[in-house]
Amino acid sequence: MSVTEMFSYIQGFLSADQDIREDIRKVVQVLEQTAREILTVLQSVHQPSGFKDIPTKCLKARELFCTVRNHTGELKTKFPVEQYYRYHEHWRFVLQRLAFLAAFVVYLESESLVTREEVAKILAIEVDREKGFHLDVEDYLAGVLILASELSRLAVNSVTAGDYGRPLRISNFINELDSGFRLLNLKNDPLRKRYDGLKYDVKKIEEVVYDLSIRGLAKEQESGGDK
Amino acid sequence: MSKREDDRCGRKLKTEAEVCMNPDSSVIAAFKVFQQELDTKHDKHERLVKISRDVTIESKRTIFLLHRVTSVPDVEEILTEADVKLDAVRQKIGQIAEELKGEDLHQFHRAFTPGIQEYVEAVSFHHFIRHRTLISLEEINARLVFMRENKGEGEVACVLTFQITPTDYLLGVADLTGELMRMCISSVGNGDIDTPFQLSGFLRQIHDGFSYIGNTGPYEVSKKLHTLRQSLGKVEDACYTLRVRGSEIPKHMLVDVFTSRAATHLDPEEPMV
Repeated sequence: MSVTEMFSYIQGFLSADQDIREDIRKVVQVLEQTAREILTVLQSVHQPSGFKDIPTKCLKARELFCTVRNHTGELKTKFPVEQYYRYHEHWRFVLQRLAFLAAFVVYLESESLVTREEVAKILAIEVDREKGFHLDVEDYLAGVLILASELSRLAVNSVTAGDYGRPLRISNFINELDSGFRLLNLKNDPLRKRYDGLKYDVKKIEEVVYDLSIRGLAKEQESGGDK
Repeated sequence: MSKREDDRCGRKLKTEAEVCMNPDSSVIAAFKVFQQELDTKHDKHERLVKISRDVTIESKRTIFLLHRVTSVPDVEEILTEADVKLDAVRQKIGQIAEELKGEDLHQFHRAFTPGIQEYVEAVSFHHFIRHRTLISLEEINARLVFMRENKGEGEVACVLTFQITPTDYLLGVADLTGELMRMCISSVGNGDIDTPFQLSGFLRQIHDGFSYIGNTGPYEVSKKLHTLRQSLGKVEDACYTLRVRGSEIPKHMLVDVFTSRAATHLDPEEPMV
């Protein structure tokens, strides 16, 4: 094979590669748009009026996840499945956002941590690499960490809205997450960097709980609930 | 709030905190799974980095060995020796292939890409010295097929293959041009007049190939193109000097003219690899 032939073969390979990337980028853009819409819907829980109809907002978000499922289905067709990690960078960010949004919806509904299987189901993707387009464990964990900072914000705003019980529950939840993350041996990678921010979220929520406790507000809420 | 109530409140919080640390909780159980998964992945990554380093070192040594062809009478002997060394490198790549069995090649690509590029450089240099042509990607890949006997599962031998990606190939070939430039300079030192002209022709072909790819390639390729231009410039200058001065200067003095000329071209920023 001559040098020229060799290079034109590689050139062919490279342009095919770029076409695939172009296709992926288009779908990912749409996915990002939908993710922003879901975020807007869920953001409104931070407003005082938003606390009243959390279930409605979750339902609306769930509807939007249907669109997401269509797009992930489309994304799957854009490249050979065994080359997931070759193009991973393109959808890594949006997948983390979506994992966060799914986790947020599930938390608002049931106040529990979404499992990786659930996220995969909400996004209509797989958990295992072998089965096809999947949710990488690091992306899932990154999504959970985004959830933690969102919840620390929610704790503050729920106090403003007069819901004094919620910060205590959030505090428990975040503490559990924190001890979970302590189990992991993270390398010096982006996930680790994000994990380093978790302690500030924990601290912020602890301050809120402290403020409520010394004023007896947390207790008041509990006795109010008993009646 | 009375003191007693305060105490009770504190106790309540404490028990809640204990619940969080409860090892049976579903969250902790899930994170234990994640811990294992991440540790397995990181271990594999580390092992691959280690093998890749070995591949790099051995390939570099092979290249140094091959540079000696310009100064010894028996080229074939060195080529055979290099062949043995390259076989050892291939065994290492076999280990990479084994680690990657059932995995996504691209997931761990960053761990072993430096080693693979160095291997491409060594093997293509070897091929060039022997055949004066560019080794193709298929030829390289064809030699990266490994037989592994499956112990315990009868006599079934499984075949492992390692596929070098076109990008790694391209970057390896770009590195090759640097070696060819060095070879060109040193071959004149030994009174070899033909090799520089062959080399300049070959380098020009490669340069044309890279220009053809241009910006469509990955970022690293365009970076290497710059170095490639410099190498080509040096070789072309060398040929020019040979042609112009070759007829008037006695052969044994050419070396001095040549080395001083080459020295002026050395870019201080360019690493001598």
